[in-house]
Amino acid sequence: MNISFHSPVPRATNEKSRKKSGKRHGGNEVDMDLDDDHEGVVLKDPTIHVVTPAEVITTDTAFMRGHGTYIEEEKVLSSLAGVVERVNKLISVKPLHSRYTGEIGDVVVGRITEVAQKRWKVDVSARQDAVLMLSSVNLPGGVQRRKQESDELQMRNFFMEGDLVVAEVQAFFGDGAYSLHTRSLKYGKLRNGSFISVSPALVQRCKSHFHSLSCGVDVILGLNGYIWVSAHVPESLDEIDTEQVYSNKNKDDITPSDRESIARVANCIRALAQEFIFINDTIISFAYEASLQHALKDMHKKEIMHEIAVEAVSAVDNMKG
Amino acid sequence: MALTGLRIDGRRPGELRKITSTTSVLSQADGSAYLEHGNTKVLAAVYGPREARHRALVVHDRAILNVEFNVAPFSTGERRRRTKNDKRLLEMASFIKQSFEPVVIAALYPRSQIDIYLQIIQQDGGILQACINAATLALIDAGIAMTDYVCACTAGWVEREAVIDLNHIEESSDTSEVTIAMLPKSNKVTLAQMESRLHVDKLEELLSLASEGCKQIHQVLDKTIRDRAEDLAQKMAV
Repeated sequence: MNISFHSPVPRATNEKSRKKSGKRHGGNEVDMDLDDDHEGVVLKDPTIHVVTPAEVITTDTAFMRGHGTYIEEEKVLSSLAGVVERVNKLISVKPLHSRYTGEIGDVVVGRITEVAQKRWKVDVSARQDAVLMLSSVNLPGGVQRRKQESDELQMRNFFMEGDLVVAEVQAFFGDGAYSLHTRSLKYGKLRNGSFISVSPALVQRCKSHFHSLSCGVDVILGLNGYIWVSAHVPESLDEIDTEQVYSNKNKDDITPSDRESIARVANCIRALAQEFIFINDTIISFAYEASLQHALKDMHKKEIMHEIAVEAVSAVDNMKG
Repeated sequence: MALTGLRIDGRRPGELRKITSTTSVLSQADGSAYLEHGNTKVLAAVYGPREARHRALVVHDRAILNVEFNVAPFSTGERRRRTKNDKRLLEMASFIKQSFEPVVIAALYPRSQIDIYLQIIQQDGGILQACINAATLALIDAGIAMTDYVCACTAGWVEREAVIDLNHIEESSDTSEVTIAMLPKSNKVTLAQMESRLHVDKLEELLSLASEGCKQIHQVLDKTIRDRAEDLAQKMAV
């Protein structure tokens, strides 16, 4: 049996030369070249290697299997439909859309589903509900005070079922559930706005997930695909009212025009998500500008959503040059 | 069977009906698919892996699979409403569950639950095969790890001839019909279902015909998934 080596991620640059050099052997091994391993479809970007379940990624035993793959008869096979990623010897398949898989330090937006013993259960669109421990939130009246039994009894005063929170992934439990924390003034209960859920694949990890747009709207891009669009609240670092953190009341002065811009930004995000475009603050701003020529009520029409998304993408491309 | 050797709807004995399928048809579900097998139309929705709805059902080292199967009252020639606890429906749901249990890598999702909802919109024979094929697409669309596709196909004995992918008229004329669900890569069979009598000598031929059908269905399903995946990959690469 002849052993052959194929790079699982074909490179764009030397694709032709690689072929000419005759690295492909005849025989029954699976073809790794993109342009002829399935009929009809030719990818523009040959660095993308799409696989479907039970497809052989490589027959080379030197590779290690990562997420989205399994080994059968010493071959690495895909268990998902997605894109092959390779880091040195580790091969993994990234699904194009699936539920949220978190990492420590991720900013997530979630909804409280349950108040339990010393903890809240939070829906973060992951495989299990995340856990927010009473000990990992800041309680009113001093940041560093001990949690008392009275706190345990009035947990529902802090977060109730159905409340939306923004938090950070602090750790994993043994079974893969996430432990969250809100021990920062950035995190806590969400008010004054509107909630949108998009595919988690569309929000990428970046420096900041809290953005203030020029149209007077704040956006929190949760890495789990949950997005919070709210009226701008000026940061007042000098006087922090910890009572206020858990308040259930919206601020009084949200004007109708504020509401309209919140709705407009929310609809822009929906339009981008529908076209499966990465969502970040830049593209939201461009989409917002593109949407201004349409009435707010028209922004639910499919063709207008498409138009806005296309315009936003071309604006971003122009900016990049 | 007419003298020309064609079946009642003009197909040859080993010919499948036209299959059309699309994925991600529902925005709320984690994965969804719509599939047409000739005039049989199915909608599949997959939710999960998500937090298990009932504490008592939680398994600490793997996900549980939950299948709900429903038939629209307008899907048949005569309009009739079925109750949710109809034994036929529950039986179908358990068949579908059985055929997916060995394939879904449930150990990756401890303490969670995967829900598969199937809705028959129009029936013209081969409901079980259409449901299994649609559920496969929806599960892959949801990004749930599976060792292989599950492709299902029926074969039956109509007027002394083995035929594939029976329609409603062929099914209803007292035929022996077998439905199998197969993993096309390994040729393993995860489900073989038959409700009528058939001579044992004839079973072999039906099974080989049905597995040939499964292979063809696999190609159609794989094309749907691949096209969709490439489309999305392209969009994400921009």
